[in-house]
Amino acid sequence: MSGEAQAGAVLGGLAGSEELEQRRPPQAPRRRRVGLGDWLLPVYVTIAFVFLLIPIAYTFVFSFNDSIKSNISWRGFTFDKWLNVCNVEGGAVCEAFGNSIVIALVSTVAATTLGTMIAIALVRYRFRARSAISLLLFLPMATPEVVLGAGLAAQFLAVGVPKDMLTIILAHTMFCISFVVVTVKARVASLDPALEEAGRDLYGSPRAVFWRVTFPLLVPGIMAAALLAFALSFDDFIITNFNSGSVTTFPKYVYISASRGIPAEANVIASAVFILALAIVVIAQVSRAARAKRLANAAG
Amino acid sequence: MSGREFAERGADLELVGIQKRFPGFTAIEELDLTIPAGSFFALLGPSGCGKTTTLRLVAGLEEPTQGRILIGGRDVTDTKAHQRPVNTVFQSYALFPHMSIIENVAFGLKRRRMDDPMGKAHEALKLVELDHLAQRRPAQLSGGQQQRVALARAIVNRPALLLLDEPLGALDLKLRRQMQLELKTIQEEVGLTFLHVTHDQEEAMTMADTVAVMNKGAIEQMGAPEELYELPRTAFVANFLGKSNLFTGDVVGTTSEALSVDVAGHRITVPVARAQRHQGLVTVGVRPEKVALHLEAPDAASTRNVLGPGRVIDVSFAGVSTEYIVAVPGAGTLSVFAQNVGFGPVAHEGDEVWVSWQVEHGFGLADEPEESDRFPADDDTRSIAVQRREALISELEGS
Repeated sequence: MSGEAQAGAVLGGLAGSEELEQRRPPQAPRRRRVGLGDWLLPVYVTIAFVFLLIPIAYTFVFSFNDSIKSNISWRGFTFDKWLNVCNVEGGAVCEAFGNSIVIALVSTVAATTLGTMIAIALVRYRFRARSAISLLLFLPMATPEVVLGAGLAAQFLAVGVPKDMLTIILAHTMFCISFVVVTVKARVASLDPALEEAGRDLYGSPRAVFWRVTFPLLVPGIMAAALLAFALSFDDFIITNFNSGSVTTFPKYVYISASRGIPAEANVIASAVFILALAIVVIAQVSRAARAKRLANAAG
Repeated sequence: MSGREFAERGADLELVGIQKRFPGFTAIEELDLTIPAGSFFALLGPSGCGKTTTLRLVAGLEEPTQGRILIGGRDVTDTKAHQRPVNTVFQSYALFPHMSIIENVAFGLKRRRMDDPMGKAHEALKLVELDHLAQRRPAQLSGGQQQRVALARAIVNRPALLLLDEPLGALDLKLRRQMQLELKTIQEEVGLTFLHVTHDQEEAMTMADTVAVMNKGAIEQMGAPEELYELPRTAFVANFLGKSNLFTGDVVGTTSEALSVDVAGHRITVPVARAQRHQGLVTVGVRPEKVALHLEAPDAASTRNVLGPGRVIDVSFAGVSTEYIVAVPGAGTLSVFAQNVGFGPVAHEGDEVWVSWQVEHGFGLADEPEESDRFPADDDTRSIAVQRREALISELEGS
């Protein structure tokens, strides 16, 4: 009996041993063995999470630091930085943040629109050089950002385009398209062609079939792609730095100010973005759970 | 459909010289077909025979390489799917997952800007007894319910022609029988022309007025179910639609009513009227349930064909009937279906038996015997197993 249990514990692996013991009938009491897995796994998990979360916790905590110039040592708790976030350095933090939002929104819309159209074309139509185009679209993702940024900067210089907001948006749209195409393509490929055929069969003109059948079914994929594009654009530093000229984005601002001590206002904005993202995830999960429950009730 | 009115009744469908080639293969060789208005027509065939392609051509989801398609006398070959007065019940149902049931059903009506689409959609749902589920999503319905919604979504448009692409294939047997009855009732009620594509011969025979058996991109035989079953013209039809015992031999005598065929020394007589070919090498056959099993040699009679003695090599009891496989030296193996009117099988494996059937139950095929296998049924696993055992027994006896 105990030999079998031992073998089971070994087979079940470190994490499985506890579960195995619970399944044992109660009338067979036996000495509980404390295995390596009982403490190694929790310790490992704790260390991993501490490592992952410390920078975020630091950023959040130090957004309340009553700092004067540099924000490195703790000087006392204050809400001032949160309340007056745009009042330091002539609002440079907020201006950079605003630039980043505008750039991210515009390039997300552009990249998502173009990328979705490309994805549909790549999956639904057979044309010359289709697979070559698929491969070429993948290249910007595989190329190091430094190279991409430098190359683009050189091109803008050669053509004589002055670097400003527009060049940043062009650069971001370019590398976001690849990510959008990859994300939306998967969704288009999983779409049953019979649904569109049913739309055509039910007197839907090509336009009606696209807007009433294809597009609504692609929305989850398109939304995921748009969120990804927005996130990529918002925190891109390398490509932006090469193509921004005098325009400052939020990542660029943080990078530059890091050399002379990042102001606590940067922590405030970073924390606010983090909390906002967290809130969106929580709301999405809660509403999805509520919807699933409602559907289950309706079906039952 | 250009107009905003419903089709008043079913329209006839005419396919003229249809050919469909895909890169690499030809799905439809040459197809001419006329389906009269208001009929329930089944296109029956194994997978890959071109029946689904035919359906998609009619729906406008594929374009023919050659030929014309006419619906109600109007040439629709060059029109798009959404312009044809045709609706399809898809094999996968293809219900729109992001819409409620009622929105699914009203989809076609709204696209055609019909008056009161919601009211008509509810009526269609009542017809398939699902109106109480109108607000649900397709994913919340069972397979049978989804199938009925797909049907309602198609018939609510009152198409001149309704296409059914194996819509019952995904259902279990009991539900399928029930849906077959319902479909038939609805067809009679609404009076539309139904074109039903299926590989299930029983389904085709129970539901359709006319069945066309399709094989390798062409129609082998077309007619009423009884006609196809009782008088198959080709070996493919004889074996795809039920089972057949087939024999090949030379015609050795002909009278005005019957022809005699010599099959390895056995004489088999077939009515002239039921034979497609009257001289040379021919294939004749008989259905297994028409064949009687005898434990003693029956008296020779001119009205019956008798083969024997042979040996029972397999008995399988199937409740209402028992299937015996009888090996007759020279004539090959025969399948015999006997009703279980007594208790259990009357003959057992190894028994010496004779088989006989009435001359008028035989049929003669139109196939060139050289083209078809001598015993086309032999490729199923049971026959192979039987042949193996026969070979083994003869080997053991020989040694």
